[in-house]
Amino acid sequence: MGEGLLFGEGDFPTRARHALADGQLRANLGAATTTIRERRAAAVGEVADWEELRSAGARIKDGSLAALDEMLVDFEEKFSASGGVVHWARDAQEANAIIVDLLNRSGAAEVVKVKSMTTQEIGLNEALAEAGIVAWETDLAELIVQLSADRPSHFLVPAIHRNRDEIRHIFQDHIPGIGTGLGNDPAELTAAARSYLRDKFLAAEVAISGANFAVAETGTLGVVESEGNGRMCLTLPRMLISVVGVEKVVPRWEDVGTLFQLLPRSSTAERMNPYTSTWSGVTPSDGPSEVHVVLLDNGRTNALADPVGKEALRCIRCSACLNVCPVYERVGGHAYGSVYPGPIGAVITPYLAGVETVASLPFASTLCGACYEVCPVKIDIPSLLVDLRAKHVAEANRKPLRSSEKVVMSALAWVMADAKRWQLVNRLGPLLGKLTRYRWARLAPLIGRWTENREPPVPPAHTLRNWRNNHQGLGEGMRHE
Amino acid sequence: MAKRVALFATCLVDSLFPEAGIATAKLLSRLGYAVEFPSPQVCCGQMHINTGYLAEAAAIVRNHVESFEAYDAIVAPSGSCVASVRHQHALVARHISDERLARRAEAVASRTWELSEFIVDVVGTTEVGAYFPHRVTYHPSCHSLRLLKVADRPMRLLEQVEGIRLVELASAETCCGFGGTFSVKNPEVSSAMLADKMAAVMASGAEFCTAGDSSCLMHIGGGLSRLKTRVKTLHLAQILASTKEES
Repeated sequence: MGEGLLFGEGDFPTRARHALADGQLRANLGAATTTIRERRAAAVGEVADWEELRSAGARIKDGSLAALDEMLVDFEEKFSASGGVVHWARDAQEANAIIVDLLNRSGAAEVVKVKSMTTQEIGLNEALAEAGIVAWETDLAELIVQLSADRPSHFLVPAIHRNRDEIRHIFQDHIPGIGTGLGNDPAELTAAARSYLRDKFLAAEVAISGANFAVAETGTLGVVESEGNGRMCLTLPRMLISVVGVEKVVPRWEDVGTLFQLLPRSSTAERMNPYTSTWSGVTPSDGPSEVHVVLLDNGRTNALADPVGKEALRCIRCSACLNVCPVYERVGGHAYGSVYPGPIGAVITPYLAGVETVASLPFASTLCGACYEVCPVKIDIPSLLVDLRAKHVAEANRKPLRSSEKVVMSALAWVMADAKRWQLVNRLGPLLGKLTRYRWARLAPLIGRWTENREPPVPPAHTLRNWRNNHQGLGEGMRHE
Repeated sequence: MAKRVALFATCLVDSLFPEAGIATAKLLSRLGYAVEFPSPQVCCGQMHINTGYLAEAAAIVRNHVESFEAYDAIVAPSGSCVASVRHQHALVARHISDERLARRAEAVASRTWELSEFIVDVVGTTEVGAYFPHRVTYHPSCHSLRLLKVADRPMRLLEQVEGIRLVELASAETCCGFGGTFSVKNPEVSSAMLADKMAAVMASGAEFCTAGDSSCLMHIGGGLSRLKTRVKTLHLAQILASTKEES
């Protein structure tokens, strides 16, 4: 099972309630997601064969996942042959131990980091801090998150929950030498971060990254980014360690071409991202002289073994589904309690960590389907959510005590499987309708929470089938009555 | 002889919004169909399926299949329930390893239509002789939009209604926040989504907010009446069934 920062305290409804109370957060998220949504739609609209590209992306990922065992071995062989070192980690703890050990042996007390979801997933910064090693996040938004001792709330824009005034305050409070004169202009804020980070890049002996893809046939790792901080980290230090989920490997170099047509437009709404760095092991006198990759499982093979859940491993972490999700837009990433928030987080997290560990996540969706519509690799997120809900209910059924929900749902199913029972219950409708008009009736668990902001429907004096029985022109059923 | 069509009323319309079902029946009769109401029908099972109770839903799915398999055309005033029939029923049958039921469910699904699909694609018209002299805004419910891909069919039907004034709904394609049991399990998030939908409806200046699903309308309408607004919700079928003679 996956571990690390995949789950936190409490459940989604509780965390979401707290998030909703934060008006600033909702304003920041609403503004940011609306902008990204519109830009993405425009960037995708330029591609005539977008649907075919999505299908091609899904096929590539499915093919890779079906042959993952062979491809990982191919990758290891090629990467090692060109001087790279491949490590295998079953879970977060093993991955962190491998990295701490490498750093201890190198004698480095500081590392620079390229923005990476996988290192967030395993809680690497926390593990390094415990080992007395300082990790500097060099992506602008990750830096904002790190300086304010916060957590990322989005794959791509980890500080999406902050606005520029908040960022100005964070910089003033945490970057040495920044005076009160700092403005809130994005260019000015970026310049402040740049000059702060420049020394870190130049001093660092070791860099840590993730990877957007790994190519089996060439033993290549690659990172796409927008700021150039990644390029600095990947080329300047003496040693490079990359933490890569096993699902990132694709068979051929040409497959990257397809994924690259999908990723930037879905992610940053760009035709192509500004910086793409690739490396295949070590290149003498060019870049790091010591290159490691930690291939991480952390629950991925559990997901792969699940006939439905394996589809979630297609994810290329573009975050398009977060930006269109009406739930995410209102509660933000922290409400999910996982480093993977939003619709895809609500499926990836339980498939990695086990559904009972994060049982409220699959229910954090109205199943509106906006996520599936934009997913560049066609992950049917709503269907996966329903699959996870069914898994949770199946688990709950194994417990000796039945939940009140289970009792209600079983009774309803019994009633709804037969028209005569249904009619009998419907005769109670008008009575129940009258009851909901009384305040005390609203204390009932289901009715009460619903009627807080919504008038309950008043059951009509006659159901449709009563009406039918009393009117000509709407025929009887053929085989019944 | 008039062609026969089965009305799949849906449990919500049958028990709480019969007017939407009556309107559907009247409309289809007006279009020349003999409308029948198969009495054994109750529910598509979507609430159970989407809450994870697949095994419990199987009996509901079986009842649905048995109720409708004798009909060549089945029409429902709900995008969501038709989507469940098309995308989930066979899945539920296979969940309980009943391949035969799965095949029967697939056969029923292939003959099941959402109202606007049926009128535009099967009847082959967008002019249904309706008269509705009011300002109306249309909320495209998520499942009709994204699972059935009804696209602009409901709007094309509404545009032909005599006397109607269609007004634009901002962020129309954003979910209203109902989501079945989502609104009970995450009531605060659901309310926040509803608040934004209601604000858009009120800003549109419409007298009526319409949609192809009574569930979404129950949610939006419940919120609007709690706010004591004058905006009413009305099922698409009820607008399309309205005539000059009746008004």
